[in-house]
Amino acid sequence: MSLRKFVDKIKPNFEKGGKVHFLYSTFEAFETFLFVPNHVTKKGSHIRDSFDMKRNMVIVVMALIPTILFGMWNIGYQHGLSIGEDAGLIQNFIYGMLRLLPIIAVSYIVGLGIEFAVAQIRGHEVNEGFLVSGMLIPLIVPIDTPLWMIAIATAFAVIIGKEVFGGTGMNIVNPALLTRAFLFFAYPKKMSGDFVWIDGLSKVEGIVDGFSGATPLAQVASASTPEHLDAFHQQTSVFDMIIGITPGSIGETSFIAIMLGAILLIYTGIGSWKIMFSAFVGGALMGLLLNVFAPYADNVYMQLPFYEHLLLGGFAFGMIFMLTDPVTASQTNAGKWIYGFLAGFIAILVRVLNPAYPEGVMLAILLLNVFAPLIDYYVIQGNVKRRLKRSKVAKAK
Amino acid sequence: MAKLKNLLTDPMNLNNPITIQVLGICSALAITVKLEPAVVMSISVLFVMAMANVIISLLRNTIPTRIRIIVQLVVIAFLVIIVDQVLKAFLYDVSKQLSVFVGLIITNCIIMGRLEAFALGNKPFPAFLDGLGNSAGYGVILIAVAFIRELLGFGTIWGFKVIPQPVYDFGYSDNGLMILPPMALIVVGVIIWIQRSKTKELIEN
Repeated sequence: MSLRKFVDKIKPNFEKGGKVHFLYSTFEAFETFLFVPNHVTKKGSHIRDSFDMKRNMVIVVMALIPTILFGMWNIGYQHGLSIGEDAGLIQNFIYGMLRLLPIIAVSYIVGLGIEFAVAQIRGHEVNEGFLVSGMLIPLIVPIDTPLWMIAIATAFAVIIGKEVFGGTGMNIVNPALLTRAFLFFAYPKKMSGDFVWIDGLSKVEGIVDGFSGATPLAQVASASTPEHLDAFHQQTSVFDMIIGITPGSIGETSFIAIMLGAILLIYTGIGSWKIMFSAFVGGALMGLLLNVFAPYADNVYMQLPFYEHLLLGGFAFGMIFMLTDPVTASQTNAGKWIYGFLAGFIAILVRVLNPAYPEGVMLAILLLNVFAPLIDYYVIQGNVKRRLKRSKVAKAK
Repeated sequence: MAKLKNLLTDPMNLNNPITIQVLGICSALAITVKLEPAVVMSISVLFVMAMANVIISLLRNTIPTRIRIIVQLVVIAFLVIIVDQVLKAFLYDVSKQLSVFVGLIITNCIIMGRLEAFALGNKPFPAFLDGLGNSAGYGVILIAVAFIRELLGFGTIWGFKVIPQPVYDFGYSDNGLMILPPMALIVVGVIIWIQRSKTKELIEN
């Protein structure tokens, strides 16, 4: 409890009339991070449990841990493949950790720095929202993304995507995904293509002959005959896709690690299972539809079995961790089904039928983020109308 | 005299057509990718707006109210055609870049708005100043946005490289998002943000 005592001892300095009162929000942020705040509700009959937003956010970060750990190992492993060495489990992991940590650090320092500064200027408490965004950002970018780009994109997303709307809870689109969208449109060379997904591949030194750094999605997208697709399936089995031993954005590759996180999110009730489930249904349905129409079209991509669509690319990661963001998702129950379904549906649609974008998950989620309030509005209006009608019928009787 | 001066200065800040009245956004998005077209566009609008204001102000007592919009359009269209021909004759490259947007000056809401709101009820000289002031206010924002977008999007200003090659070698690259239209909207938004927080009269509580 000595930490508690220390915090209590320095607390008067930050309170009104204290020497460094202007730093109160910074102090408050750290205090509530370390200890559950002792706020009590003074009026009315409310129950307040200790589960505040900081605890809430930390659970999401915990749910991300499997993907982070797997991502670290995969960075090392893929790098090893590209130069033709297998360093072993621990070395791969450490290599990946050393490459990933700077990205995490940059994302947190820039994002939290802006959050703290804004909180100080506005004189309110520091918003906790960035705890999760800061961890999501490193997981949805390619490993070779330069750090300064991540810094600029994070600053853009936090300021333009969040703070101008009023901070955490007010943003229209998911800030982490906005970071990625910024990077994707601003620096397309660093965010797509075959060279950015594996560490060191863009420097072209000692690369094994014939080694390709293309992600599975890029390989399928470039397939022009059914034979190409067969070759792809021989190279990458469904097992590989589930485990995630493929090049890709850092956290997106492993289906199984993402599902571990999903279980935690669903168990604690933080992520909505309705959104996740309907998103997968939507994606699968679109995949099936494309499979049905594949024989009549030239697009080989359409022949990819529907279940592989759910395993490949950022689909699982986006639908589990980004789509369910409680701030930007639909709030009503019926809205959640529609919202999730459309996101999955559109993600696969963009992925397969738009040749300009090898992946559609980011765009689908951003689009649905924008539409979520509209979906909620119509769900609520529909409910109002139904109840009005019911009351009229009752009166008539 | 103070009032005449205000006609010139108000649109620069307190009553800026783009940032306060939020008019003429369409052209601010379309032609601000590079500085040169933005400057040419600003000058064209300056000419059209000042002249149209004067002409409509001279005609203001003879125009029947019912057909005033058509008369205004005829006057603006006449001036825009002159601008278009001059650009084609002397600045062919820029004219090509601006393409359809020179013609679209006709539909620029600021010009129409000033004719309706000011020229129809004022004498020619104040109307002339009003036209100058408003088009200058429009031009300033246009040039500011174009400056930022060209600098960050291409690393150039007026076509000259200003970001030195070593910076690129070090890993810097131009921001492709700046060239896309959404970024113009965001830059205008940021300018409005800065203006509103700097100007006391505009702070809302």
